[in-house]
Formats: sequence, C-alpha cells, structure tokens
Amino acid sequence: MIVDSLPRTTLTEIAGMAGGGAALPALAARLNIVEMTQAAEDAVLQPKDAGRWPHALRAALAARIARQNDCPALADRYAGMAGADMAVADPAVAGEAEGLTLVCRFMDKVSVSPRDVAARDILELQEAGVSDADIVRLCELNAFVSYQVRVIAGLRLMAESVA
Amino acid sequence: MNDVIHKFTRNVPDWRPRVTPVKLEDATPEQLDALQVTPSNTKVSAYVLTLAHDVETLKVRSPLFNGIMYDPGGLDRAARELSALAASVLSRCVYCAAVHAARHAQLSKSTEVTDDLFANGDKADLTPRDRAIFDLAYGLAGSPPAATPDQMRAARDAGLSDAEIVDAILSSALFGWANRLMHVLGDPVRKGAA
Repeated sequence: MIVDSLPRTTLTEIAGMAGGGAALPALAARLNIVEMTQAAEDAVLQPKDAGRWPHALRAALAARIARQNDCPALADRYAGMAGADMAVADPAVAGEAEGLTLVCRFMDKVSVSPRDVAARDILELQEAGVSDADIVRLCELNAFVSYQVRVIAGLRLMAESVA
Repeated sequence: MNDVIHKFTRNVPDWRPRVTPVKLEDATPEQLDALQVTPSNTKVSAYVLTLAHDVETLKVRSPLFNGIMYDPGGLDRAARELSALAASVLSRCVYCAAVHAARHAQLSKSTEVTDDLFANGDKADLTPRDRAIFDLAYGLAGSPPAATPDQMRAARDAGLSDAEIVDAILSSALFGWANRLMHVLGDPVRKGAA
C-alpha cells in the first residue's frame, strides 16, 4: 500500500508531515497512533468535564510547556486557543496577577525537571485547596504535551537528517 | 518516609499514590468503563484508580500506550522497552524503570544490558544498535528534547529502518508522559509497604 498523505492532526501538521516528508511511510504504518494521539489531545485540552481548569487555561498551560520544550509552532497553536489566559502561555510569567503562581510553579517543575518532583509538591497543591482530581488533571495535561512535543521533535529530526 | 525506594532496581516495587485514588465502589459508570471493570475482573491497580480521576484521558491513554508498546511490526519489543527505560532513567522514575527493565530482561532473556545501565547509566557498554536506540531515546527525553542529527545518523548507521526509528521515538516520548504521572503522583515503595 502506498500512502502519500496522513490525516491533518496537530502532530502531523506541526511535525510538517501532513503533506509528505521522509518519515511519512513509517508513520503511516502507525496511523492508529497518530489518531489516538489526537484523541488524547482532545481529552486533555477540551474535556467535557474540565474540573477546575477551563479549556482556555489548559491551552495556555499547554503553550507554556511547548515553549519550554523549544517547540514554538506548537506553542503558537495552543496560545491561539488561550483567550484571556494568554499571559501564562509565556514561561517568563509567574502567574501572580492570575492567582496561578502555585499552579505555574508546579507545572514548570513537572515539565522541566520531572526528576526533582517530590511529595511536598503535591502536598502544596492539596494545602492550597486543589482537589486530588484536579491535581491528576494537571499532571495528565502536562504529561501529554511532554509526549507530544517529543514525538514532534523526533519526527522533525528524522526529516532533517534524511538518509 | 523511609520505605521509599530511590535506587534503580529490576525488582518491581509497589506504588503508593500521593493523592487518594478513586474508590471502586464510588466509581461512575464512565469510570468503570474506562477501568474495564467487569464482574470477573475487579482487580484494578492504585495507579489506574488514581488516573481514573481524569477519566476522559485515561480512556484514550490506555489503548495508545498499548499500541505504542505492543503493536506488531517495526521495532522489536525489547528495543521498545530499552527506549522506555532510557527516558525513565533520565527522569529518575524508579518505578517505570523497574517495570521496563524487568520486561527488557525477560524479552531479551538477559539481565546484562539492564545491569550495566543501572550501574553505569548512560555510560553503559552497549552494542552499537542498543547504543543508538538508547542515545536517541535519552536525548529526546531531555527537557527540552536534545536528540541530535548525529544521533539520528547513528541510528541509521546501526541498521535501524525508518519504521524502527519511529517506534523508538514513540516509546521514548510515551515515557515522557508516563514518567510525569508515575513519578509525580506517587512513590515507589518496598513490596507490601503501599
């Protein structure tokens, strides 16, 4: 089977593979993964039950993580969905004005230095009144975007260094 | 607490959540569906019950995880475990590292590679193929991802096909996800201590 295109998803568009690319046949063999990755993005960015974190804030935090991982194209895409929460899409913003200092600090640590996350980081959120369900929601958002930026980085590297 | 395990090991520890998992008796129909609980299958781990707090994500995450690690074709399963292990070593996720080191040892019928990795980290003495997979996966797992064109070339020089390289990328990236749940939401503890 010769495949000359992939569905347009965030992954294929940002990795520059929606219309072609050296790794296209290899990725086409994993079409189910491409599609499930988009389903996971929809679940973390735009869930029906968003808990304490509305869709716009989720998009802003996703943009922040993408920016920290040197993926400006993905960051811009998510920032475009961030509406009034746009400010925290910038990793240089500590979140004071938005009342999100603790959330931003937690998300930054999970994104940038996951190995250093300790029990007290979770305890701080709990003591600030963040429910356990909302803590899990933050972690899934962070963890998913961390996955997505790394798939994109790997696919781009493949395309840049064609055999 | 002193029952938390900080050293890498192939003996899979217990996992103790830092948040309160969903209680099975309180689970909503949507959560039960995502947990795949049936009258004959009521055993669900504390980890999965923790993730059930975000049921919409759990529901899509499980098949995605299984697809990346177990779908046929492409990279052999031991090499996918090596890639997952590289990411978990970088994140110091002792629990994920234990599970995937144990699977690697089982699939490759040898503890040599994982013994060396736990003793010497990224300086382990690996075959060119394992070295290429490990370096690419370890580089991608950095924050920000730091895999290089030289590492990609090394993977191709070691004989990896594009399909295999895609799988190595996916399994490393997947543990960028898994490590940020397992290592953040709970602690690896001595068997029986959870």
